[in-house]
Amino acid sequence: MKNTSITQKLTLGAAVGLALSAFGATAGAQELNVYSYRQAFLIDPLVQAFEKETGAKVNIVFSKKGLLQRLQSEGMNSPADVVLTADASQIVQFDQAGLLQPFKSDALKGNVPAQYRDPNDMWTGLTMRARAVYASKTRVKEGELTTYEDLAKPHMKGRICTRSGKHPYNVTLTASIIAANGEAAAEDWARGVKANLARKPQGNDRAQVKAIFEGECDVSLGNSYYFGKMITNEKKPEQKEWAAAVNILFPNQGDRGTHVNVSTGAITKASKNFDLANAFLTFLSSETAQTIYSSGNFEYPLKPGVQMDPLVASWGTFKADDTNLTKIVAAQTAATKLMDKVGFDD
Amino acid sequence: MFFFGQNRMNETVSSTLVDAPHKRFKTPGIDVWAFGTLVVCLGVAMPIVWVLGLAFTPSGDIWQHLVDTVLANLVSTTLLLMVGVGFGTFVIGTGTAWIVTMCRFPGKRIFEWALLIPMAVPAYVIAYVYTDLLEYSGPIQGMIRDMFGFETKRDYYFPEIRSLGGAITMMTLVLYPYVYLLARASFLEQSVCVLEASRTLGKGPWESFLKVALPLARPAIAVGVSLVMMETLNDYGTVDFFAVSTFSKGIYDVWLNMNSPEGAAQLASMLLMFVMVLIGLERYGRRKQKFHNTATQTRALPGFKLSPRLGALAFIACALPVILGFLVPAWVLGGYALDFYQDTLDANYWTTTWNSLMLSSLAAAIAIILGVFLAYSLRLGQSPWIHAMTRFAALGYAVPGAVLAIGLVMYLGWVDNTIDGWARENFGLSTGLIFSGTIIAITFGYVVRFLSLSFGSAEAGLGKITANMDGAARTLGLGPMATLRRVHLPIMRGSIMTAALLVFVDCMKELPMTVMLRPFNFETLATFVHQYASDEMLPEAALAALSIVIAGIIPVILLSLTIAKSRAGHQTLKENTAQ
Repeated sequence: MKNTSITQKLTLGAAVGLALSAFGATAGAQELNVYSYRQAFLIDPLVQAFEKETGAKVNIVFSKKGLLQRLQSEGMNSPADVVLTADASQIVQFDQAGLLQPFKSDALKGNVPAQYRDPNDMWTGLTMRARAVYASKTRVKEGELTTYEDLAKPHMKGRICTRSGKHPYNVTLTASIIAANGEAAAEDWARGVKANLARKPQGNDRAQVKAIFEGECDVSLGNSYYFGKMITNEKKPEQKEWAAAVNILFPNQGDRGTHVNVSTGAITKASKNFDLANAFLTFLSSETAQTIYSSGNFEYPLKPGVQMDPLVASWGTFKADDTNLTKIVAAQTAATKLMDKVGFDD
Repeated sequence: MFFFGQNRMNETVSSTLVDAPHKRFKTPGIDVWAFGTLVVCLGVAMPIVWVLGLAFTPSGDIWQHLVDTVLANLVSTTLLLMVGVGFGTFVIGTGTAWIVTMCRFPGKRIFEWALLIPMAVPAYVIAYVYTDLLEYSGPIQGMIRDMFGFETKRDYYFPEIRSLGGAITMMTLVLYPYVYLLARASFLEQSVCVLEASRTLGKGPWESFLKVALPLARPAIAVGVSLVMMETLNDYGTVDFFAVSTFSKGIYDVWLNMNSPEGAAQLASMLLMFVMVLIGLERYGRRKQKFHNTATQTRALPGFKLSPRLGALAFIACALPVILGFLVPAWVLGGYALDFYQDTLDANYWTTTWNSLMLSSLAAAIAIILGVFLAYSLRLGQSPWIHAMTRFAALGYAVPGAVLAIGLVMYLGWVDNTIDGWARENFGLSTGLIFSGTIIAITFGYVVRFLSLSFGSAEAGLGKITANMDGAARTLGLGPMATLRRVHLPIMRGSIMTAALLVFVDCMKELPMTVMLRPFNFETLATFVHQYASDEMLPEAALAALSIVIAGIIPVILLSLTIAKSRAGHQTLKENTAQ
């Protein structure tokens, strides 16, 4: 007798499920669904601007992992229209899994230079950041460190701080070195850098600058936008002091240029809202959106001619490594394995 | 699954009890209990089956690479971490449980429940807080440098918080309550007669503890420590933050950096087998031992009155884990929360909190219903097949959360698309995704993951009830369901509350499944914290982190009151049995 009540509960659960999903389906007219590897609070201003401009509603699921598997499992029934990622290697995995469809926007192509887009229009870069070197103002002499390769040289012994070698930012940097110098040279480089570390890899990019400020080390690797975020951090003013202790350097200006990565966007194959998704990507490449990115997040706009944030501009212009990102991403797995091989994080 | 030690405790009893009610009172027709058990087990086991299925998909040369490079290191680091945390939680959990159960000293009443609170603090939160305090640039080292005039790191020694030792300490501080909870319940159940016999025979209090009480509590403590070890194995946040290369870090690496969920599932399955072997070994170790109380009367515990000096020591021993595991993190989080509470409140704080409470309560309720159902069904006597399936269904706890989440995502996607395909074919309409990306998906995930907690508690609770009770109830004309409702459930209220608390608190903290399975625009306290904490911006999310802890405290206190009362209930039961 009582087990009918359990059955009833289960039936009820299923019914609620049906009702919920039905609700989701009918409400979909002018809604855009986004799977994002970038934190919601980072993309919020852009989403609000888009909503204001188009009257559409943007829904977001943020996760640092697993969205690929989710999209894959949901198949053609997936509600997701757009995928946003924090770096190029993530979006290439989506493309390789056959989960994307090409965008159709000449405006977007006009906005984003070709080396930051997929040749088949499967995805586009949206903003750019450099993997910069932060150097102590007092303890690093001018010209002492001009390339990534210098990080592996003996004079840097005991002076380098970095986050985990397996973090995507460092893996992609290593992949760019594989692309430029070959795998054997990259392995020597990773061993050299490892030998020069002041401490075991730990913390995020800001924590390394803090360590320079505190005198634990002299140089660190870090994404360029963190510099802006630290300098302007009113809520945690101590970060301004950290930033004041360092210069931001853009390595390899004499040869291939500084390694850069892009945040990206793409349209899912399952999208039932292609036009809106296409409009969203185009919007993200537009001057309005690129300006918001640049000033809010201190990233580099990809659209030529968009004003950089004055603070970002004050760091000077630099030459970016223009190796096509797909080539660098192709070396990603090799770079991960290489980090294991040299025991970078041990 | 992981509570089956408790069964052993009553083995002599249960050998007569388990089959009896079923055989004697079996109703003709389809056995709804067996059928229901089968359905529940199949439903819950599917995501685990999907993980195993994924593990059988070839993953290229990843294994060769791992064996050549990091595998040995991952395994040894993981073992050290497990042994360290296991030992630490055993000492703190058992020690404090014994002190508050058997001794009288100032503060005892408060410590009884306060010792449980650190359980509500997520490990990555406490790791963050202590790193802030203890790292080179933190206030404590800064003070030391100022005091002694040190200039750089090389001038003095200070233990590195971001290390294996640091990880062991952090996890011990928030996980020892699992051992404490179970050890204390077990001490409370022990008959004073045994202890008194031991004392009469000339053993001192220490020897009585080591030679009598501790061995008697061994099954319960083993369960507690194995829960702790599984939590340790599954932890990602802390080890990632501390840059300690454990197995679970390896799993994420293979999955995300080498883009191989198959390889990740293989590593996870290996972990699963390791856990099963470990538990098997523990059971094997005490295979010849039987644990049961023959005394039918239990008097109030004597409560050794401690001398002022010993009382002070006991006070310190109990206060330290609470201070380090709860007060310090709460103090630091509270400080951050004061700076940033407005931002958190602006970000839909109340909706977020409601989502957390609602989901966790719902999942706890379902897990309890299913757990009790499964445990009682097994008690009614089921085939070995169904026994085995039930154990399998309760394996979710041992699978790393994120890997289980992949299994769930794949399974739900398959279910949805199968239904959709079927509806298209037969009715020409699309049902779309029914479960994927809904609250039901998350709740289902929680139940799959935490069923072993509720099932294990229910099984242990039922195991303590003598078979005569079933016999009497059934002879008096009650059906199996009525017996459960009118006889067993009231008696095992304490076990059920314990289980509900464990599941609730674990759901509040749960991250990987919530993040991966959630609907659009849906935040829980844990995902909200994660959004910032993943970028080491915990202060921005301090209020939310603190809320998780506070939400855990209330049920902790409720539970502790229940446990304290459970001894009296136990006594009535025994007296009833004796008559």
